[in-house]
Amino acid sequence: MTISRRDILKSLTVAAASGSVLRVIPLEAAEYAHRMVNAEKTATEVYTPKFFSAHAYKTLQILCDTIIPSDDESKGAIEAGAPEFIDLLTSENSDYQRILGGGLMWLDNACVDRYTEPYLDCTPEQRKEILGRIAHRKNAQDDPSLGPGVEFFGLLRKLTADGFFTSEIGIAYLGYIGNTYVQEFPGCPPVPETRK
Amino acid sequence: MLLVGIIRTGRSRLSRMRDVGGETMQIKRAPKTYDVCIIGSGASGGTAAKVLTEGGLSVVMLEAGPPIVPERDYKEHMWPYDLPHRGAGVGGRVRHAIGNEFMAPNGAWEIEGEPYVSAPGSTFRWFRSRIVGGRTNHWGRIALRMAPVDFRVHSHDGMGDDWPLSYQDVAPYYDKVESYIGVFGSRENIASAPDGIFLPPPKPRCTETIVKTACDKLNIPCIPSRLAILTKPHQGRPACHYCAQCGRGCITAANFSSSQVMIPPAEETGRFTLITGAMARELVVGKDGKIASVSYIDKETREEQRTHARAFVVAASACESARLLLNSRSALFPDGLANSSGIVGRNLMDTVGTEGVGYFPQLEKVPPHNHDGVGGMHMYLPWWKFDRKNDFLRGYHTEFGGGRGMPAVGDYDRVCDEFVGYGTALKQECKNKYGTYIRFAGRGEMIPNENCYCEIDPTTVDQWGIPVLRFHWRWSDNELKMAKDMQETYRAIVEAAGGVYLTRTRDDGPHPYGITDGGFVIHEIGTVRMGVNSQTSALNQFCQAHDVKNLFVTDGACFVTNSDKNPTLTIMALTWRASDYLRDQAKKGNLGL
Repeated sequence: MTISRRDILKSLTVAAASGSVLRVIPLEAAEYAHRMVNAEKTATEVYTPKFFSAHAYKTLQILCDTIIPSDDESKGAIEAGAPEFIDLLTSENSDYQRILGGGLMWLDNACVDRYTEPYLDCTPEQRKEILGRIAHRKNAQDDPSLGPGVEFFGLLRKLTADGFFTSEIGIAYLGYIGNTYVQEFPGCPPVPETRK
Repeated sequence: MLLVGIIRTGRSRLSRMRDVGGETMQIKRAPKTYDVCIIGSGASGGTAAKVLTEGGLSVVMLEAGPPIVPERDYKEHMWPYDLPHRGAGVGGRVRHAIGNEFMAPNGAWEIEGEPYVSAPGSTFRWFRSRIVGGRTNHWGRIALRMAPVDFRVHSHDGMGDDWPLSYQDVAPYYDKVESYIGVFGSRENIASAPDGIFLPPPKPRCTETIVKTACDKLNIPCIPSRLAILTKPHQGRPACHYCAQCGRGCITAANFSSSQVMIPPAEETGRFTLITGAMARELVVGKDGKIASVSYIDKETREEQRTHARAFVVAASACESARLLLNSRSALFPDGLANSSGIVGRNLMDTVGTEGVGYFPQLEKVPPHNHDGVGGMHMYLPWWKFDRKNDFLRGYHTEFGGGRGMPAVGDYDRVCDEFVGYGTALKQECKNKYGTYIRFAGRGEMIPNENCYCEIDPTTVDQWGIPVLRFHWRWSDNELKMAKDMQETYRAIVEAAGGVYLTRTRDDGPHPYGITDGGFVIHEIGTVRMGVNSQTSALNQFCQAHDVKNLFVTDGACFVTNSDKNPTLTIMALTWRASDYLRDQAKKGNLGL
């Protein structure tokens, strides 16, 4: 049984008038957060990266899409705004600038060394091969020259997950239900028995 | 006009401001003298303000931070995608810090321009809040009574000191506080966890059902928790709407905060003046040996101001209160105010904490449902091994939580670290693991030791020119053995539930058995402790200084010991009791009021 935020605030305003310890809560207060949000959501047709070069940002987008792609169940990291989120954080964090900014350049250099082309111009097989190396932390133990790539991919994977799973798309994909007003907490539906 | 920004008062703001403005102009000639000046607006200061103003006294309160406007300042019901940083903060810096961008303002481990230092070899972390309501705006709302034995530990096991008062002395005040603020819970009749006056508890979540079943197998009690959150409308406040966001602050005040529950009734009396942005620097003593005024820095103008009162209630948080006393040196009190015993700053305690995480495969099979509940645990594990001999003295309780909460930044760090690869398989793995972890946090009693204290740093001042604190810290063996026991307990519970215990700890290094740094649990207390003997304590059982009769220190500083119970409920009960005493003394004329 859900009731709207506006209902709650309306009823509170009445309660507050009759001897509550609360100050009267203005109805428009409820909208405050959302106004703030809308102000942040500027037009995103053409996004200008805050930190990454156009080329690096394009590579970042492709990598985000590779880490969490669109599939039958939901859209992917790009649609979820992960590249913009990563660009914003990176523009404010010198460690991220080194690991991600430097990491993208390392990736292009590694691709040129191996395949004579930067990552974006590599074939799908070549991309798969190089990512296969840096996506496994264990590989850096066998081949220390992969260290920077492994560090880069490790952080990028986490931030891509952050960007995806904190988006409207990602939250729906997980099936989180909540962040709402309910009058009674319903408790737990039947939990399937543990196998033990 | 400047005053408009720094002074917020009761019912009729405009007329009160004119009052105060007039009074400010008079300061240099004939200062207004309030009955009581309270320093700090958190759990303790707020309680004192309510009780004293309702008792007929005029009260002025100094708060070092700004006012709070819940409907403007709280980020209740926002989604992570409503903020460009998604909760991670500028540069992602709060990704792994306590809370996130959504947390109620404005607690922090570091405050710019207001440093503190740890002595070489010590690590102490100090979480401070500079805002009306202090840390009650975002605290965990865990409201546990100390047990009778917690007040007489020395009599029980020979370590530490007994309190100068008993559970029976405090119980009526626990009743008053619970009745007023609203606490849910259940009557259990467990010796280590006295029952209170409770609203009904919420139903358990899936995670809690699973842990309860495992605890039943192990004969560990798992009972409804006791939180200062309303499950029924109470005292003019509405019931909880179960969004699980208490830490963000509650716009509807369905949970307790001093700013929304204690300060408003004080304002209603018309006898309350709140001065925000006021950083207390020194309590100034008159020729008669009593405090005449408090000198504070108006943060907006950076100018020094004074407020005069007949009595002073210091409630700035345990370490901040000790700092104020130690910085209040005079010919009469060369070692700081109320410190003839040398005890101020000593007896510093935090809570013994260690944490463990389990993966519960059965949670993968739970269908999507609203798992939010209140902002905190619906069930917890009180201390249960009080009837046997253990490897350590005293006890601990256990808090736990997890499950299908609102997704947040950092949630998938573990999956990303463990998972090799990327793509749809990674995406699916994150979905499978969503809501399948339960985190346990042990919260135990530390025995005070001589290596844990704070003092004035000889060389550093803050941006207001006020000397800062230097902390010394070392856990003793008893705490380490307790942390070891916590780890073993949580592993046993997770495994009894058919889960996998994921936490690995070492028995050496800086954090044996995962024990947290001193101060990390944010239960720092004991620095101006009460006692019968004025040689070994600073306050009597009514929080009144032995040395200075018009000084009361009512926050966590007054604690003698730090039982496993979270201190806030006891802080409020002791403050209420001290305030009743102060008011009665005032009526009898014993404070010159």
